[in-house]
Order: sequence, then structure tokens, then C-alpha cells
Amino acid sequence: MATTWEPREQRSGGLAGALRHMRVVAEQYNIWSWIATVDHKKIGVMYGVTAFIFFLIGGLEALLIRLQLAVPNGAALGLDGDQYNRIMTMHGTTMVFMVVMPMSAAFFNLMVPLMIGARDVAFPRLNAFSYWVFLGGSIFMNVSFFTGDIFAGELGAPDSGWFSYAPLSSRSEGHGVDFWLLGLQILGVASLASGFNFIVTILNMRAPGMTLFKMPLFIWMTLVTSFLIIFAMPVIAVALFELMFDRLFDANFFNPDKGGAPLLWQHMFWLFGHPEVYILILPAMGIVSEVLPTFSRKPLFGYPFVVFSGIAIGFMSWGVWVHHMYTTGLGTVANSAFGISTILIGVPTGVKVFNWMATLWGGSISLKAPLMFAIGFLTMFTIGGLSGVTHSMVPSDFQQQDTYYVVAHFHYVLFGGSIFALFSGIYYWFPKFTGKLLNDTVGQVHFWLMFLGFNLTFFPMHMSGLLGMPRRIYTYSDNQGWDVWNMMSTTGAFLIAISMLVFIANFIISLRRGEKSGNDPWDGRTLEWSIPSPPPHYNFKEIPQVHALDEFWHQKYQEDAEGVPIPVVAGASADEEDEHDGHGIHMPSPSYFPLIAALAFPIIATGMIYDYALVGVGAVILFFGIYGWAIEPATEGEEGHS
Amino acid sequence: MSATAAAGHSLETSTGLDNRKLLMWLFLGSECLFFGSLIAAYLLYRDKSVSGPFPSDTTTADGVFHPGLFDIPFTSVSAFVLLMSSVSMVLALAAIQRGNVRGMRIWLFTTAMLGLLFISGQAFEFTEFNHEGLSLSSNLFGTTFFVLTGFHGAHVTIGVLILLSLFVWSLQGKIGQAQSLNIELAGLYWHFVDIVWIVIFTVIYLIQPELKL
Repeated sequence: MATTWEPREQRSGGLAGALRHMRVVAEQYNIWSWIATVDHKKIGVMYGVTAFIFFLIGGLEALLIRLQLAVPNGAALGLDGDQYNRIMTMHGTTMVFMVVMPMSAAFFNLMVPLMIGARDVAFPRLNAFSYWVFLGGSIFMNVSFFTGDIFAGELGAPDSGWFSYAPLSSRSEGHGVDFWLLGLQILGVASLASGFNFIVTILNMRAPGMTLFKMPLFIWMTLVTSFLIIFAMPVIAVALFELMFDRLFDANFFNPDKGGAPLLWQHMFWLFGHPEVYILILPAMGIVSEVLPTFSRKPLFGYPFVVFSGIAIGFMSWGVWVHHMYTTGLGTVANSAFGISTILIGVPTGVKVFNWMATLWGGSISLKAPLMFAIGFLTMFTIGGLSGVTHSMVPSDFQQQDTYYVVAHFHYVLFGGSIFALFSGIYYWFPKFTGKLLNDTVGQVHFWLMFLGFNLTFFPMHMSGLLGMPRRIYTYSDNQGWDVWNMMSTTGAFLIAISMLVFIANFIISLRRGEKSGNDPWDGRTLEWSIPSPPPHYNFKEIPQVHALDEFWHQKYQEDAEGVPIPVVAGASADEEDEHDGHGIHMPSPSYFPLIAALAFPIIATGMIYDYALVGVGAVILFFGIYGWAIEPATEGEEGHS
Repeated sequence: MSATAAAGHSLETSTGLDNRKLLMWLFLGSECLFFGSLIAAYLLYRDKSVSGPFPSDTTTADGVFHPGLFDIPFTSVSAFVLLMSSVSMVLALAAIQRGNVRGMRIWLFTTAMLGLLFISGQAFEFTEFNHEGLSLSSNLFGTTFFVLTGFHGAHVTIGVLILLSLFVWSLQGKIGQAQSLNIELAGLYWHFVDIVWIVIFTVIYLIQPELKL
């Protein structure tokens, strides 16, 4: 019977057949459980996968940029200036807002509840909402590529750089900058929602006994980052609204003809932009502060100093923005004051670097892939930090402004810093969520390829920059002495691309056939290693009672008189079989409303550009989503568990 | 006995503060930066318009007299209405905390209506100014005035929607003494929007730019 049935079903074709096929696929992969999920682990995985896809897209844009600049006169690729501007703008915007921020958010989602001994975040549905809004905003902005006449080589993407200085942006023709500002506004909503959520989660949902100074360092850095997000995002939101009113409704915020000051945009953008830099790096610092102690088998050196340095960075990040604007003519006093504050912010950062080095010092170091990437972070971030200090010197900065030296600097902190640390986190926590280890040998290959490729790409940019090569140019002539440095950078970029292929292969193969990790493969120190891998949907069978910093380590080890750790007899073990099936633990119910509410944002944004009727449609959807959300109970009732 | 994971209503939190109340305070902190940025832009461009209409009586360099747009007594009355709505909001919360659902309904409705009255006043003012030739694009004053007060008006409108929703839910019997936190949160938001108006009213209307004579 079955054999006669199947072909007929396929033959039935058409819409009904397609729908049936979609339903079968959806059931097979359990897609509905992802779409309506409010589980922080699933949302974290979705954040991570999405951010990695955008990492590949942003990486392809980077390869186009490097190919264009490989040889003089753009001979290798032959983009025109307009195409180059659009690709360059989307590369920067993508890497900052759709890769590093959401990849950090992925780790917040995956790790925060597990590390503080909670069953979920404070607002699970708000968490799902953050993800869907982020996804919608990212897709919305990338769709802009296709709004131009793409077959004639006209891209529709924004063309004013990721900083979109006015009046360049306010007078840019076409809809590219509209897509940019509305898309960024949407991404801001997602960041704000997750910022609120994680502050409340960390302050309110800690396991009993976990005082603030018994929190793992990653949690501290998440907390500081979240505070920066909720205070920095409204500033860029207002700047984006002002740009929107200028572009769509002929307002005058950045219109010099009516007395408007384009510098206002720069002030607001960088007042947001500098805290943003620390939003990108503090989560990375948090990850490294977990990896280094685990693989040195030592507690983090000077925990309170690292915590207070992180807090100090959070405050000081608000007082350094003018170092992006030394050459705009604000005067000697302003430049000197911000030069001093910029030098000062290097101090807490330096304190952290020394603490990480001291953590490694004298430890019994196990050079696994997570530690390799953490050491990559430590060294590369230090180089980037030091070139940053050279920018704080006003006269020196006047020479470096808008050259490739600056490009080298911020890639050393954002790629050499954030991206290396994020990979460290992926290798470190992959076993917790899959129960498998990423292959370490392939991981080492990945590390060295990426490390070499990274330095080959970005170190020569110091040279081309000091030789006077300006940023944002789409071509250069062959008599400048920049040829060799650019060729090196391009070669390095492709080496990075190869290292990514190695990583992807490792990820897929390890996911299928990786070595079983057990629950605690690294002899970890924090609570997430005390539960099964992958964790049950309720995380903790019983909410743990916390007595110390590095609680799980202290459950496993005592110290003898000389401070050598001795395993506790019958101490904690993560490997016991879990018979508990989660009866009586009430988890939040799945909900479609966050997705519906989030769907409204790209619709409204599209309407702002093309047809105000769509704004109305979006508003109705938003209204429906929010009211459904408000009325629906958050947790399934008692009867579901009888 | 295991606690609920969605601790939105959980009584035990690490700080003792309810999750939703903490969320609201953080949101309002974030909003301070939002309105702070808008007010900063207004202050930066105050008295920098290169052409009329102007907020107060002005004679430009070419000798043309521009009558001022502001009607301070009218706007003072509408500011007073908004301030009084904070009083009725307090009374609504006090009523439900004592278990007086009917009192809460009356004061919630009063608050929403006072908010609506304020919005109507703003709509009237916007229309009047527009008749006098002020628009988003006419000059810097038009740009900054409409955007700043417009965003405030949008906040009041959302507040009115929240209040009316709570009012309807209370008619359906969904809001009793046990749910008084809902009223408290709406109140926090409402008072914040009021306080912002006090700042905006002072900055825009009371501290007038120096007259060019």
C-alpha cells in the first residue's frame, strides 16, 4: 500500500503538495518548537547560528573589498566607487551589529542562566522577541542590496559608511541610507530588550548564596555590557530619528543651509559609538576570564580588580568620544581633555591584561583550542590596545586620522579581540550544549590558520596607513608604495577564509561524530559544568546553593596546607545519571506572540520607505502581538503537570 | 517545591524587587537618555533659526517683525492638566491597594481622560503653529520643537492606551488587589512622562530665548 501511496502524494503537486511537504519537513526537524520557543538555550543557539551566517556574509564583503584593493587601480575586481562604498558600508555595519553584538548575545543567552543557577531568564518571551526583532532588522537591512537595478550593477545598499556622517548620509540619494537607519533602529530595539532582560536576570535570578562578588566574571561583564546597551542605544536611536526626519520629512537637524550643524551627528554617533566599542569587547573579556582560569587550573588572578576594572571601563567609556573627532576643530582644550581621558581608559584595560597574564603564570596549563584562542585574544587585543593609545595623542592622531593605521587598530581590537574570544567561547562551551567535543587537533589548525591570516591581513595595514593610504578609497595608483602591503592584506584575508572552512567542517563533523564529552570535560569551575550535557530544558533539577566564587570547583576540590587542590571524597560529580524527568518544574509556555510583535518592525520600516499604508498594517500587527502577549499567561497551568 | 521559572510574578528574587518593577525602572533610566538627547538637540539649536516663525516676538535684522508663536497661558493650563493626571494616577493606585476596585476604575478613567485632554491641547497647538507657517522643515525651531514635543506626545498617547487597557481589564474583573502591581507599573510610566513634560515645558516655554530687538 505504501508504495502506491507515496508517488501519488508527490504527483499531487501544486500548493497543497508543497504545503504538505513543508509540514513534513517542519515536523521532522521540529521547527515549530524553535519558532515558538522561549527557552534561553534554543534562543541562544538561534542567535549564534544567525550571527555566524552574517559573519560569513560580512566576510564575503570583506573578501570583495580585499580583492578590489589587492592591486593598484582596482584591476583585480573592477568595482566602481559606488559599488565599493555600498559593500564597505555593509561590511562594517554587518560585523558590528549583526555579528559581534548578536554573537555576544548568543553567549549571554546560553550561559547566563546556567552560570547563575537559574532555570531561564527573567522574561523568556521578551528574550524570544529580542531574537526575532534582531533577525527581522538584519534581513531588512541586507535586502537593501536588491533594491537597486542589480543586473545593471547597481546595488541598493547604504553608501555612507557604518558611521553615516551627515550631511553625506542626510543627502545620499536613493533609499540605501533609509534602509540603514531604519534597520539599525530595529536592531536597537532588539539590543535594548535583551539589555533590560539580562540586567534583571543577573540582579534578580541568582541562585541563593550567589552574592554579586561570587558571580563568575562572565556574568559581571554581561551586566556591565547590558547597562552600556540600555544607556547607549537611546542616544543612537535619537540620532537615527533625527536623520530619518531629515531624510524623509525635510527636517533641518543636519542641514547647514538652515543653520543645522552636521557635527551634531558626529557627537551623537560617537557618544553612542564609544560605549558601543566596549559593548563589543566586554563580553569577549568575560569569556576569556572564564577560559584562562579553567585551562590554567588556577582561580582568576585578582578577581575584584578585574571586576572593578570592567565597571571603571563602563563609566569611562562615556567620556572619550571626542578622540574620534580630534580633526573636526573642537579646539585645543577639548582635544587635550579627551586625550587625557583616552589615555586613562587604557589603565583599567591594562589592569585586566596583567591579571590575565598572572592567571596563566604558574598554572598547570593545558593548551587546548579554547585556551589557544584566549591567548590569541590576549596578545592581539594588547597590540590593538597599544595602537589605540597612540591614537589618544592628538598630534599623532592628526597624522593617522582616516588612514589604514586606524583600520589596523580597530580590527586588532574587534577581530583580534572580540572574534578570537568568541571562538574561544565556542570551543569551550560547545560540549555543554551538544555533549560532544570539537576536535582539538582541527581546532589547533583552525587557530593557527586564523592567527596567521589575521596578522597577515591587518599588520600590513599599519604600514600602508603610516605610508599615507587613506581609508574608504576604492582604488589607488601604483606609484604610492602601497602595493606590497595591500597584496599581503589580501592574501591574509583569504587565509582567514580558509580557516573558517576548517572551522565549519570541524563544527559539522564534531556535531555528528564528535568524541563524547561527558558533563565536565575541562574540569570546570562554574555551575554550568555541574549539570548534564546537553542540559535538560529546566537546567537545574534543584536550584543550587552557592557558597563561594567558583562554586563547582569548591564542590570538587579542597586545598591542602600548601594550597594544592585535593579531590573531595564523594564530592560533587557531574556524571551521575539523571533520573529526574522534570515533573513539577513549571517552565514558561511556548508563545507565538513575540514573533508576531517582532514581525511588525520590518513591515513598518518598509512602509516608511515605500508606502505609509504598510506602516498602518505593521502597527495593527504590533498591536495584536503586544495585546496577545499581555493577555496570554506566561506559564502553563498546574493541571498540565498532574 | 520548585519555583516557577518564569519569575515574572515570583515573590522571591535576589534583590527582593519584583522583576517587572526592576524592568520598568531600567526602562525609565534608558528613556532619560532618550529624552536627554532630544532636549540637548533642542538646546543646541535654541535661538539659532535663520528664518521665522520664532517662538517669541522677534524683529529680524531686515527690520521685519515676527509675532511670537507661544501662547504661554494656554500651554500652562495644558501642563496643569497633565500634572493633575498624576494626582489621579496616585489615587487610582491607592484605591486598588486598599482593594477598592470601583475607586480605581474611576481614577484610572480620569487619568486617561486628562491625558487625552493634554494630547488634544497639543494637537490644537501644533495646528495653530502650522497655520502660522511653522513646519518640520521651516527652520531649526520647527524641526526641534515638533520632534521633541511630538515624541513626548507619543509617549503620553501610549500611556493613555495602557490606562484604557487596564480600565477595560478591570471592567472584566481581571484586576483586583492582587494585581495592583499592574497599576503601579503604569503609574511609574505615567509619572515619568509627566516629569519629562515639566523639564520640556521649562526648557521650551519658560526659559525664552533672548529677544532680538
